[in-house]
This record gives sequence, C-alpha cells and structure tokens, in this order.
Amino acid sequence: MSSVEILMPALSPTMEEGTLAKWHVKAGDTVKAGDVIAEIETDKATMEVEAVDEGVISALLVDAGTEGVKVNTPIARLGSEGASFDTPAAPAPQDDAKGSPVPTVRQPEEAAPAAVSKAAPKPLNDPEIPAGTKMIKITVRDALRDAMAEEMRRDGDVFLMGEEVAQYQGAYKVSRELLQEFGPRRVIDTPITEHGFAGLAVGAAMAGLKPIVEFMTWNFGMQAIDHIINSAAKTLYMSGGQIRSSIVFRGPNGAAARVGAQHSQDYSAWYAQIPGLKVIAPYDAADAKGLLKAAIRDPNPVVFLEHEMMYGVEFELPEVDDWIVPIGKAKVRREGSHVTITAHSRMVGLALKAAEELAAEGIEAEVIDLRTLRPLDHETILQSVRKTNRLVSAEEGWGPMGVGAEIVARVVEHAFDHLDAPPLRVCQEDVPLPYAANLEALSLPSVDKIVKAAKAVCYR
Amino acid sequence: MASAPKARTASGKKNDTGVMNSSREQLLKYYRDMLLIRRFEERAGQLYGMGLIGGFCHLYIGQEAIAVGMEAIRKPGDQIITGYRDHGHMLAAGMSADEVMAELTGRSGGSSKGKGGSMHMFSTQAGFYGGHGIVGAQVSLGTGLALADKYRDNGAVSYTYFGDGAANQGQVYESFNMAELWSLPVVYVIENNQYAMGTSIERSSSETRLHKRGVSFNIPGEEVDGMDVEAVAAAGARAAEHARSGKGPYILEMKTYRYRGHSMSDPAKYRTKEEVDEVKKTRDPIEHLKEKLATVKVTDDELKAIDAEVKAIVAQAAEYARTSPEPDPSELYTDVYLEAAQ
Repeated sequence: MSSVEILMPALSPTMEEGTLAKWHVKAGDTVKAGDVIAEIETDKATMEVEAVDEGVISALLVDAGTEGVKVNTPIARLGSEGASFDTPAAPAPQDDAKGSPVPTVRQPEEAAPAAVSKAAPKPLNDPEIPAGTKMIKITVRDALRDAMAEEMRRDGDVFLMGEEVAQYQGAYKVSRELLQEFGPRRVIDTPITEHGFAGLAVGAAMAGLKPIVEFMTWNFGMQAIDHIINSAAKTLYMSGGQIRSSIVFRGPNGAAARVGAQHSQDYSAWYAQIPGLKVIAPYDAADAKGLLKAAIRDPNPVVFLEHEMMYGVEFELPEVDDWIVPIGKAKVRREGSHVTITAHSRMVGLALKAAEELAAEGIEAEVIDLRTLRPLDHETILQSVRKTNRLVSAEEGWGPMGVGAEIVARVVEHAFDHLDAPPLRVCQEDVPLPYAANLEALSLPSVDKIVKAAKAVCYR
Repeated sequence: MASAPKARTASGKKNDTGVMNSSREQLLKYYRDMLLIRRFEERAGQLYGMGLIGGFCHLYIGQEAIAVGMEAIRKPGDQIITGYRDHGHMLAAGMSADEVMAELTGRSGGSSKGKGGSMHMFSTQAGFYGGHGIVGAQVSLGTGLALADKYRDNGAVSYTYFGDGAANQGQVYESFNMAELWSLPVVYVIENNQYAMGTSIERSSSETRLHKRGVSFNIPGEEVDGMDVEAVAAAGARAAEHARSGKGPYILEMKTYRYRGHSMSDPAKYRTKEEVDEVKKTRDPIEHLKEKLATVKVTDDELKAIDAEVKAIVAQAAEYARTSPEPDPSELYTDVYLEAAQ
C-alpha cells in the first residue's frame, strides 16, 4: 500500500492559486474515479475536482475555506494499492483550457508591485494625485470592472455586449456582477458570432449609443476586424464628419500560457496602424482603470488591449473619485541614463525586471510604458533617447512591421544624431507560437532577452 | 437564366391593404421620385463617361420602385442603411440631388465633403446611415441601428437593404439570429436584381427564394414585385407594422432587375440583350406606373410638367457637381478623429 498526494490543480492556463471552498469527502472515505472530492474557487470560477482513481482518503491536508492555496500544493493524501493517483481538473471555463495533473502554470516574470513603485518614484504624465491620497490594492481585472461600472452609472448610453459577459459573469470575470447591477438591457450576452455582434455594436454606435464590446480574446476579434476597421474607424472620415462611432472594443490580447498559436497573438501592430482608431494597451491596474474610463468617454472607436496574464495581478490604485488617465501619454516607469527600454502591456513588467538586473551590473535603464499605441507619444520616447542615446523596444508581437519597427523608425527620423548604437527590438520569434513549454518559452520575449539586448546596445 | 419578376406576393394573393388604391397625389409623387432617380442616374452615367466621376459607380436604374415605395411608408425617426448601390435610396430619403451628385464628383459640396464618394454617403438628417462598400456589412450595422431603437424604446424601425449577392454573406445570418432572438425592429429588404455582379442567382444560391432565408430563424418573409411601387409600399407597410409592434424582424424579397451593368465598368456580357429588353418592355416600374396614372386621369401635360421639373433638378445638380470646388487640401486631415469632450 502506498500513499499518494493529491495536489491543488490548475483550472485554467493562468491560474496560480485558489480557494479550497469545500470538501465532499472526509478521511476514511473510499473514492472511485469520477467522484467529486472537492470544490475549488478561483477568481474566475468555481469548479468541482474529481478523483481519477480509486482509493481511501487517508488525510485532508488543507481545511475547507482556505484561501490562496497555491497550485501544486498537496491538499489530501490518498491510500491505494499501489495505484498512481493524481487529480486532474474538471473542465475549465474556457474551451481551450484543459486541466493537467501536473500544473504547468508559468510563474509570472513581472516585477512585484512593490518593486514597481520603488522603481518609479516620480511617474510622469499621470493626473495629479492629491497629497495624502490613500492607495488601495486592486487586481487589473477588478480595475477594469470598476471602470465599466462607473461609466455605466454615469452614462445611460454605455452598455456592454459580448460572449458570456452577463450570466456567466465574464469568461475571465472582468464583467463580474455587472448584470446584477445593470440588468440584461445593458449587459448583453451574445451568441458566438463576433463578426455579427461587432457589426451590431458599430451600428448602435452610429445611432449614438456607446457600446463596450468584449471579445473573449482578441484572437476571436479577428472575425470582426472588418467592422472595427471598415465600419468603425473609417466612417467619420467617409461621412465628412457626420457619423461617429463612440465604441470600445476590449478583451485579452497576446499570449496566455500554453494555448497554442491560434489563441496567442498580439494585435498591437495590426490595429495601431489604422487611422481613425485609438489603441490602448495598459500594464497596471491604475492605467487599466483610468484609461478604460477615458476610452469609454472618448467619442472615437477605441481598441483596448488587455492581457490575460495580468488580470489577476494586484497593483496600487489611488483612491480618488473618477480616476481618469489621459489617452496618448506614455509613462516613464523608471528613470535611467544609459539605455531607453520601451514596452507596453505585460512587457512593461519584464522590462522593469530587466532594468533591475541591469542596475546590478551598473547599467541604468529608463523604462517607458507606452500605454497608448495610437496616438503614440513619441515625444516622451525621443526625450528619453536624447538622454540615453540607446534604445531597446520590447513587444510581445512579431517584429516585422511591428510596434518596435515604428518606434525605431521615428527615433531614427527625429533623433538619429543622438544614437550611439543601432536600436534593437525584442519581439516574439518569427514563428506561430508553439505549444511545447520549452519552445513557447524560447519564442516569447523574456527578461533575459531584454537584458541581453540592453547590454548589446551599451556594447557590454 | 433569370426570368422577369412575377407580380405576386408569397401568399399568391394580390396586395389588399388599401395601398393599391393610392391617391392620385401619391401616385404622382411616386412618378416624380422614380423619374428623378432614373434621370439622375442617367446623368451620373454621362458624367462618369466624361471622367468627372471616378472609381466605382453603381447605378440604380430599373430598381427605382423599391426605394420610392418603401420611402412612402417610412416614419420620422426610422433609419435606412444600404450597400454601395445607394444613390436612389438617398434621393428617395430626401437628400438633395446637388449634394449627392457633388459627392460623386468628389467636390466640397458633396454630402461627405468629397471624402466618401459614390459608395460612402450619409445623412443623419435624412435618417440615412450609408452607403457601405463592404458587401453585407450594412446588414449587421442596420441590425445595430435597430438594437439602438430597441434600447431607446423610441418606436423606430431600421430598414436594412441588401442584394441577392450579399444574401450569401455569413454576417447576414449572424444578424438574422440576433435580430429575432432579441426581437429587434428591423425590416430586411432584399433587392434581388438577380445578379451578384456577374453571377446570376441560380449560379450563386442553393435556395434562390431569398424570402425563405429567414425560415430557420423564425423570421417571416415574403416575395414582392419590386417593379410595382404600390406593391412595394403595401408590403413595406406590413413589414414595418410587424417590426414596430415588437414582433421582431421581417424579410421582404423584392424581385427586381438592374438595367445597367454592376458598375460603370461592367459590360454585362453574362446576360443577353434580349433578357434586358424584355424586362424593360414588360416590367419597367415607371412605365408600369404610367398605366396606373392613366386610370386616374393624369394628363400628358401633368406628366410633362413633372418631366421638366426633374430635368431641371438634374441639370442643376450636374452643374453644381461640376462647379463645386474640390475639397480644400486642409480637409485631408479633418474628420479622422473627434475631439474628446474633456
């Protein structure tokens, strides 16, 4: 007779911890494959955990109601007659998420929030925060939710539509409790029909409403790209200024974890090329909230690129009424004099981590969070490069014709004489994102790749 | 091989809603509005030939009864949206011949200041939401106009036009589904002119009775003689009543015919001259109406007066479109973004 540990399972590709809500078994119980043994809550969902083998529960190691149980923590012990045993997850909320007996969730490389605030003592281009303002901790997910809720309270023309936004509370729980507050007229579950519902939303915007369209991910939003570009972005111009589309298209963009090429694409460069669109890609909770509120109020169509890997990350947010961050302004997240690193969305965290490692080697990097990709705040970038004389851009998308390509072009055009080294771009490798863990890691930008590029432009 | 449209509704009954007995005044208005579209389009064709109109230019000649008949039953606040064959709809909706023709010539006096062109014109004042160049896109957008109407509970109806070609686009059915699911006040008007560019409906559609395309969504539909302006108005009234009363969408398949090619550059070799002549001779919507006008004792003099008025409007529009200046270069960078309020 051997004893096997049952581990806290990962219920989605990005889950790191959860609450062990309830045990359905107790020590001494005999279980067989398929029996529900426990309920686990994450910030996205409540899921049942089933046994996949038979045996006798010898001990429960984590009490029901325990919060913050890390993935892979032993939660129970099972005695069996030599059978191997583990606890794969029940199906996760996304069709693309398969439970795995050995969770393979990648630990985020982002700098801890504390390190971020230490690194950026004087953030530029932000609204004034009155002295003595209390800072609250909030996840990016809840910051986005609060932004929508506040704007929906403020303006009856604002409504949310998308797949699973209402009854399901959001595939990633970004729209949690909005249905309860605003009802089904303003929080609308759509069929799985991106092309169609994006078109309906643009039509409603042309009639003067202010829709927020959630794409479950931007990968699915590609079905709707015609309406985003041809119908929303161009019509103000084509109508000589008569027809406006005050509309926000939002959802997670870029690579999650181990979901393969079709579900892991960064659309930053695609949309940032289109006149008529504004394109925003925030990093932390304060920007997520402040920029989403600004986007909802903006009279133009806005593409709002979120990141699944950031939804659960906590940051500080100033507790002020009506926190708005202006569109079109970059933010210097860390000041430095030796090299400028530009980044947006999740890459900002990697860039900050890289800056710490560089500092340990005597290289002071200035990290610029682009925040808005269109209009691009190239003045802030140029100002920095004129000081550091060196540039590295980091983006999650592919390099060719990308955000970094544009930044390098502008720097070469406007600050050529200030450059002491050819700028470098850190991007996704030029392949569809592979599934295999090692290949995926090789393909994506990393702290290490940013450090290497920064050292290279410093000839170190 | 396309056949001439049949003059009957889906039920096989004659229209009996009373609109068949249009007043003399209404009949004269139909005549005037249809003639305006025809003369306007003929002149647009000329200006295109003279190089004053560029790009694509899709003429509405032959289909006039649809835009005009539907306009007769439209109420204030109702919206219209269509594809690229849009000149007739704009004139019927009350946009001026001047602003439409000047847009065709790309001049500052055009309804989009010359920045839209033939396929991209709009008038919020007239309730006309375009003018869309991507085949089928207007169906989702028009359903969205209806979503806004329902959201505001304003009692308005969205008239969403598309052709037999667009009827094969996927988003049409995505829109049908949501329109019925949410009981949106939209009337889908399929202008079946029997050719999607050069491809006849028999060669493009497994089910050519397009009014049946809503069956699997529980959307009622009927076939209408789109060459008979009174039949169009009668069917439009039924459909609008259905949508306005909260019962959801309704499909009208208007059997019609376009006399000219798909666009100005289309020699239309995919159909015979005899086929076109046969429709012109037996089904022409304006000639058909003239027969009706005779029965209410409209005199030749009355018709001649209308002809002269229309001719003058079109001549003036052509002159305006020739003389209105090109947009100022400073307009290049206007209307890309609206200033945020704050």
